[in-house]
Amino acid sequence: MNLNQFREITRYPSAIFGLVIILILVGISIYTVIALPYSETVVKWRGGDMVWQDNPRTVPPTWTNFFRSKKLPETIIFRSTDEGVEKQVTPLKDDLTDIQMTYTFDYTADDFPQEIIMFFTSTFEKKAPYISLTWTTPDGRELDIGDFSIDKTYTRRMSQDEKLTRKLNGQPAEIGLFADPNSENLKPLKGTYTLTMAGLTFEPDSSFDAKTVIYGKVFGMAGTDHLRRDLMLALLWGTPVALAFGLIGAVVTSVLTLVIAATGTWYGGWVDSVIQRITEINMMLPVLPILIMVGVFYSRSLWLILGVIILLSIFGASIKGYRAMFLQEKEAGYIQAAKSYGASNTRIIFQYLIPRVVPVLIPSLVVLIPSFVFLEASLAVLGLGDPLMPTWGKIIDEARTNGALYKGLYYWVLEPSFMLMLTGFSFAMLGFALDRIFNPRLRGM
Amino acid sequence: MTADVQQAVGRQAKIDTLKRIGKYTIVRFFMLFFAVAVGIYLTILIANMGGYVDEIRKAEIRENIAIQISMNPQYKKLSTEERKQLQEKLVALEEERLGLNKPFLIRSLAYLKDALTLNLGRAMNMTSDSGSRQVKLILLERLPATVLLFGTSFLLNFFVSLFFALMLSRRYGSFWDRFVVALAPTSAAPGWFYGIFLIVIFASWLRILPYGGMVDAPPPENPILYALSVAEHMILPLMALAISGIFLSMYSWRTFFLIYSSEDYVEMAKAKGLTERAIERRYILRPTLPYIVTSFALGVIVVWQGAIIFETVFNWPGIGRVYYQAIGLFDIPVIVGTTVLYAYLLAVTVFLLDIIYAFIDPRVKIG
Repeated sequence: MNLNQFREITRYPSAIFGLVIILILVGISIYTVIALPYSETVVKWRGGDMVWQDNPRTVPPTWTNFFRSKKLPETIIFRSTDEGVEKQVTPLKDDLTDIQMTYTFDYTADDFPQEIIMFFTSTFEKKAPYISLTWTTPDGRELDIGDFSIDKTYTRRMSQDEKLTRKLNGQPAEIGLFADPNSENLKPLKGTYTLTMAGLTFEPDSSFDAKTVIYGKVFGMAGTDHLRRDLMLALLWGTPVALAFGLIGAVVTSVLTLVIAATGTWYGGWVDSVIQRITEINMMLPVLPILIMVGVFYSRSLWLILGVIILLSIFGASIKGYRAMFLQEKEAGYIQAAKSYGASNTRIIFQYLIPRVVPVLIPSLVVLIPSFVFLEASLAVLGLGDPLMPTWGKIIDEARTNGALYKGLYYWVLEPSFMLMLTGFSFAMLGFALDRIFNPRLRGM
Repeated sequence: MTADVQQAVGRQAKIDTLKRIGKYTIVRFFMLFFAVAVGIYLTILIANMGGYVDEIRKAEIRENIAIQISMNPQYKKLSTEERKQLQEKLVALEEERLGLNKPFLIRSLAYLKDALTLNLGRAMNMTSDSGSRQVKLILLERLPATVLLFGTSFLLNFFVSLFFALMLSRRYGSFWDRFVVALAPTSAAPGWFYGIFLIVIFASWLRILPYGGMVDAPPPENPILYALSVAEHMILPLMALAISGIFLSMYSWRTFFLIYSSEDYVEMAKAKGLTERAIERRYILRPTLPYIVTSFALGVIVVWQGAIIFETVFNWPGIGRVYYQAIGLFDIPVIVGTTVLYAYLLAVTVFLLDIIYAFIDPRVKIG
């Protein structure tokens, strides 16, 4: 093995392609680990409604609009605390105050929003503020869409307001408020809408804040899942997890296997035969069922599972192949020379025997990486993914268990699958090319 | 006279071969049995580390005794309190009889014996389709489905890829050859992964093939229609398994055959003017046969284990699906039982192939 052999990679376009993708994936991993610290991500990912309440549920990424003839709406959010909100405060008689806020926005999408929810917070002693909502459509209709008093925290789901639904001819708010009254089949009226929120407070220090979310049907770069979570976070974090899992698994397994094979061959005798028998028994062990049992009975921690996988695969079938190579190598002149000048056993094994088979090791190691990456995904698809970390496999599992394939939410399955495929193929392509370079019998084939 | 001697020598050689294979078979049988025992013992150790196997047994005893007491008219008149006491007493007695109060080492050997004799106990929640709680029945009921799907797929993949590999090795460097080499990395992903894509395309998008399962619901009465329905349900799984395996095996066989066809004796055969087919059969396939069989065995082992996820994705009612359901329901006897069954399946596969190996490779030695 020398530099020229590595330079030979440039002759294989598939290897270059694989290498570039691997570098991009490594770049993403480094960015993710630095920009989105692990502890924050775990808290955020499991944060529930508090973190994710402004996102729509199970919607595809925004860029899919580019391929659609009917554009889907994006989420529109108004906060009363935002700057530039028209806010009129008129003190009336006694402690009565009238607070009026107006939001104006353009609606240009070809489909209706997913739902409309308003989140209120207010401060008061005894008497709660009273809110009236008015909706103005682009064609000038003015609709009174709700009068209600609010609590200290209050969530108003417009779609569940039956009075409003009746008023809108049986359509839920997100459709009725946007529907074009002159069109035969339901379609949204494009143009400028106005939402006026008038609030009456009854105490001197009483006030309220409101957040109105008109949930769209597309979100971000990667879309959202059933818990409104941004899938981008999971896709990004899946990258370092998958790479670390694959690399650690493949490197530790290959190196330990190599060391075991070299030791057995060098010492020969009972050491060798014990190792051979263990290998044969190990081949009979149902690895995946055992992994699943460990996951079910003890812990689903990714790193514990990885440890068990490594333990179960170091006595793998590849020991036999290495053994055959070492048996030849053992008789080589330079090994005999080393022996005669009194080199120690460890020196011979680690300095002379193992380096000789590294050219064979490297390609098989690279090809092994995807199998570890997919093993993690497989376990996750069985519901045995790491309980804390978002990984690609876990997304596929959640998508499947929530019926993404039946409901046509393809993006949910395809995005993590695409990442898995990219990782798998890039390492496989590089590995196959390396195999052709390093394996003299395959040269030119 | 010379003919007689030749015949006798021939007969003697045949007897020798049979003896050799017989001895080899017996030795392999015991070695594999030992391997299975070790595998199962490991399974028991893992399962018992949390005390789960004990819990299974104790719960079973408790249930049996509770049923016995409630069925026995003799105990009808006892008060609830007395009945409870009686139950505790009987449970303690039974536990002592079964040795549950003995140290784990001795108990684990008893479990091993149970597992090896396929005495797998009763499931906690799951039942077989015929309503039985016996783990053995639950598993045996599902075995044919797994064997049907994976057997078909494996044989198909194996022989198709062997056939095409031979063709490619003849047309080395052609478009199709380079095509297969380029596609070989697709095998980095497992079958279930392609399964998801195929379901997206053919089931949810084009709606021409079923999402999963083994037959239509309700199953057709007519056996021919039934078979057709099963065949229809097998298309996607077979495709998924083919994509994930066939290109890599074609690629590696092709490379393997290329290496062998550059041997001197093949050149010699070519020089003699033998036909391509004769060369392939006698000089390329024959010497590589043992290697082909070995990789067949290794492939079967991998396929068996892949069944767990694969059947889950395709909702195929086989062993793997049972395993997945058992995980969901935390049905430990079924989980342990399936692991035991897997160990046996692997061993039986390897054993059968070992025997075939002994027949085709005269160099096979024992041990």
